[in-house]
Amino acid sequence: MDTVKLVIDNKQIEVPKGTSILNAARANGIYIPSLCYLNLNHLHIENKPGSCRVCVVEVEKRRNLAPACATECLEGMVVKTNSLRVLNARRTVVELLLSDHPADCLLCPKSGKCELQDLAAEMGIRHITFKGEQSSYRKDESPSIIRDVDKCVMCRRCETMCNQVQTVGALSAVNRGFGAVVAPAFEQDLIKSPCTYCGQCVAVCPTGALTEVDNTTKLIRDLADPTKTVIVQTAPAVRVALGEEFGMPAGTIVTGKLATALRQIGFKYVFDTDFAADLTIMEEGTELLQRLGKYLNGDKTVKLPIMTSCCPAWVNFFEHNFPDLRDIPSTARSPQQMFGPIAKNYFAKKIGVDRKDLIVVSIMPCLAKKYECGRDEFKVNGDPDVNYSLSTRELAHLIKQFNIDFKKLPDSDFDAPLGESTGAAVIFGATGGVIEAACRTAYELFTGKKLEKIDFNELRGLENVRQATLDFNGTPIKIGIAHGLGNARKLLEMVREGKCDFQAIEIMACPGGCIGGGGQPLHHGNSEIIKARFNATYEEDKNKPIRKSHENPYIIQLYKEFLGEPCGELSHHLLHTTYFDKSQLDITIE
Amino acid sequence: MAKYKYNVLVCGGTGCQSSQSALILENLKKEVAACNLENDVQVILAGCFGFCEKGPIVKIMPDNTFYVGVKPEDAKELVAEHIIKGRKVQRLLYVDPETQKHIDDSKHMDFYKKQMRIALRNCGFLDPENIDETISRGGYEALGKVLTTMTPNECIEVIKKSGLRGRGGAGFPTGTKWEFASKSVNDQKYVVCNADEGDPGAFMDRSILEGDPHSIVEAMAICGYCIGANHGLIYIRAEYPLAIHRLQIAIKQAREYGLLGDDILGTGFNFDIELRYGAGAFVCGEETALIHSMEGNRGEPTFKPPFPAVSGYLQKPTNVNNVETFANIPIIITKGADWYSSIGTEKSKGTKVFALAGKINNVGLIEVPMGTTLREVVYEIGGGVKNGKKFKAVQTGGPSGGCLTEKDLDTPIDYESLAAAGSIMGSGGMIVMDEDDCMVNIAKFYMGFIVDESCGKCTPCRIGNKRMYEILDKITKGQGTMEDLENLKYLAEVIKDTALCGLGQTSPNPVLSTLTNFWDEYVEHVVDKKCRAGACKDLMSYQINPDKCKGCTSCARHCPVNAITGTVKQPHTINQSLCIKCGTCKSVCKFNAIEIK
Repeated sequence: MDTVKLVIDNKQIEVPKGTSILNAARANGIYIPSLCYLNLNHLHIENKPGSCRVCVVEVEKRRNLAPACATECLEGMVVKTNSLRVLNARRTVVELLLSDHPADCLLCPKSGKCELQDLAAEMGIRHITFKGEQSSYRKDESPSIIRDVDKCVMCRRCETMCNQVQTVGALSAVNRGFGAVVAPAFEQDLIKSPCTYCGQCVAVCPTGALTEVDNTTKLIRDLADPTKTVIVQTAPAVRVALGEEFGMPAGTIVTGKLATALRQIGFKYVFDTDFAADLTIMEEGTELLQRLGKYLNGDKTVKLPIMTSCCPAWVNFFEHNFPDLRDIPSTARSPQQMFGPIAKNYFAKKIGVDRKDLIVVSIMPCLAKKYECGRDEFKVNGDPDVNYSLSTRELAHLIKQFNIDFKKLPDSDFDAPLGESTGAAVIFGATGGVIEAACRTAYELFTGKKLEKIDFNELRGLENVRQATLDFNGTPIKIGIAHGLGNARKLLEMVREGKCDFQAIEIMACPGGCIGGGGQPLHHGNSEIIKARFNATYEEDKNKPIRKSHENPYIIQLYKEFLGEPCGELSHHLLHTTYFDKSQLDITIE
Repeated sequence: MAKYKYNVLVCGGTGCQSSQSALILENLKKEVAACNLENDVQVILAGCFGFCEKGPIVKIMPDNTFYVGVKPEDAKELVAEHIIKGRKVQRLLYVDPETQKHIDDSKHMDFYKKQMRIALRNCGFLDPENIDETISRGGYEALGKVLTTMTPNECIEVIKKSGLRGRGGAGFPTGTKWEFASKSVNDQKYVVCNADEGDPGAFMDRSILEGDPHSIVEAMAICGYCIGANHGLIYIRAEYPLAIHRLQIAIKQAREYGLLGDDILGTGFNFDIELRYGAGAFVCGEETALIHSMEGNRGEPTFKPPFPAVSGYLQKPTNVNNVETFANIPIIITKGADWYSSIGTEKSKGTKVFALAGKINNVGLIEVPMGTTLREVVYEIGGGVKNGKKFKAVQTGGPSGGCLTEKDLDTPIDYESLAAAGSIMGSGGMIVMDEDDCMVNIAKFYMGFIVDESCGKCTPCRIGNKRMYEILDKITKGQGTMEDLENLKYLAEVIKDTALCGLGQTSPNPVLSTLTNFWDEYVEHVVDKKCRAGACKDLMSYQINPDKCKGCTSCARHCPVNAITGTVKQPHTINQSLCIKCGTCKSVCKFNAIEIK
């Protein structure tokens, strides 16, 4: 590899050609503060607009200070990262940012986790020299995401996620000069944009400009209401990330502590979305086999590839962008929305509670789930199957509010019957996991043989788009996997053009899958964290006694007692859905 | 042109057009038709003649008679006298302010004497909507020469040797820029003409495009040949409808003549040009912002490198040059690098076009050899400060430039000298200020422009410039402190040091240069709460001198807010709490009794 030699702060260093000053310095133990820069190298995502100017450094023989993030190291370069000129400039830049930022840290949802707050503290800023007009915008509250644009620092991270990574195009810079801000087109509310609520903008926002809708207050009120039975389901990806909020290393599996904490908070029953994930496999896997069977029997009208439909942001994405293809995804609801009707129709009766008195809460790594549970098709006479959803971050806040010493909690199990799950359900949390879980079941149902090698390693990984051909006892099954909506778009365009010969495709809206979801603990640009959650997910699967969904005894019991058969009439009614054409946006320009 | 006995050229520059030159053209045509002279006399709308102060201008060829201040109703007399009887219309000739003599040929006028027209060589000499006229004046000769007798490298060498530097303002050597683009290996490259002229009051590029559009078409084709591009784009602001119209005609005619399109002049070289319209954002004059705007993205700059020569329009190697730079290319090819480099100074070759404006007698478009001093421009070409007022400053380089004073007047105009004096060459705005101009207010004006025009991408420009503006505003309202002055200077230096693009990095220049050159004025505003120019309304008041006031009541009757009271034939008084400082009283007072305090 070609390298270049340069001097940073009197230190001789050698780095690969093309390395930025910022990365060269950090790799050599020299800290340069930054704000707009973001590098999720494991996911191939980089935001490098060079716009905040916090990372400026002095490069000898250059007239102006250079942004370390965007300036490439060149042979013989002499860089100073801490000269007086640099320190003054850097401090002034941060002061300027603060001069146009509401100083309401006490009430800010990002307080304590705000990168601007950290910078101000680091530089010891106690006084703003250049005071003046402050930007003031209308607050925008969508079902999932709150935009408090007064706090926008124009780092453009959200824009990179929304446009380059997700290709959603809901957010971009509008207006000029002091009035420049990131917003949907025509400064409309998010609800009127093609936003999928994936929450990747929230996941990278360094300040409180983009945050999730907070449901913790609502939950505490419901818990305190004696007429209500409040139950909870918790998603697979939560258990490999929640520990980070309590100082545990990324990738720590906290399933047992999680169940204990939820019980201490006061949920009457602590269930697991993993149970519903197993149910999803039964429904989606059966649908796959039905379509595949017809196809193999020569029916060319059958819609293939079948696409997974567990990700609500992904559903929003194709409803907005590919409504012509909306008969391709599986009609199976997401695990969250399978859990809801089972709880309200099956479990409620079991415990003798009226549907309207049963409050179903979900803990999700996701912000789109907040929107999803409010969709009309998931309500019965106005009563939602899932009442509301909290993110992993909100749960962490809640645990702290309840004075629970999370690290010291004993482990406990989820409650029966909706708490039992398999390893197949656990891996729903990572990209490639749903399709692997589906294949474990589909293989046995299709071939009638026992699956010897449970781990489909060929389906795993963090590469943007992956494909593999599985051998179903002589029948090749071609699988495609994409995570991140930009990658999904590539696959969908192939499908639209008829150039796609996959039989099944898994799509997750968030890079990495749900483990990298918009509701997860903030990674602050460290993609090692996402990799650790990824590894933990498969670790948890490996440790499960049962690793195939159709072997879950409670699932078998549920079909026997209540549902009948997968894709049967009751299943169809309770566990499947339809999709809508949302390509026309409801925009009114004042 | 030769087939007519007379060619009547009516100035079609925007200034003259807004003074009814289109009607003059129409009337002249009618008169010519009425006299049955259509076969002998051609009346055309030409490009800008430059002497806007004296517009509308009508020039009659071949005797090169230069009529000034022409009105539509003068058409009849011009035809009857000049064309039919061969007598010059004396009353419409330029009168030399010194000698009071009538001058009929522009080359004897002080305004033109020291000028040298290279980029503007054809402006005002031909019908820009007729390619034959351009060709008759040597148009497309350079393209023919390049395509048939030169290799791309030879041509680039000529441009390098000529010493031509970018006329957009930064002064990067054009030949070197072309060389970078030519060395980039790619199957697709682009030539872009930056016609997004945005400095307040500047109209050099517009005049060239309106007066000689073929020179740009020709130069872009030459550039395409040199760097290996067959696609040209002109990014032009939509506010320039006449320039757009004429470019469209020029491109169409060039295609018809085989000077654009496939197999140009049978040499196998293909090149074509399309227009892209800008929405008038100043920052889109910055080449990376311009490229993003052309791509349909938000017009904001990105960090360089990569330079456009490596990754530009659609990530392909792109060469971006300004209109005036391109206008110099054909003549350098035909007359040679040695000829061109013999003009100008050691490091700045050739000429520079300026839009001379402000408090000066001869407002207009001028082109002078590099090395001409500011004094020559202001006093000889410009004819000195208007109304005999005292010269205070000359601003060059627009919002990115600085204000130079009396002591800088002998500065030769070249890239290095202007920079050393605290300003920049810029794209060619030159505004003269007199004693009535408040320099704090001027700095505030430019900062206001920047605040409006910043793209908002980087922190220093988005927030820093806004804070600078707020401090300046405070000072002009008499609320400034000495600490504000220190902060202003400090912040200006930080913005200069940290902003992302050329716009931000140069935006504090008007403030810094006025702080340096007019520190006393700033201090006066802050300490004495006084604006010596009387421009800062909050720091002045209108007062009636009772010794001079005759009590005529005119001021009281004209005051729009009834702030003036008094009895007839007695001195009047102004109620300061009601006065809105509009100045109406002063302008209507016949006895000079209203004074600014």
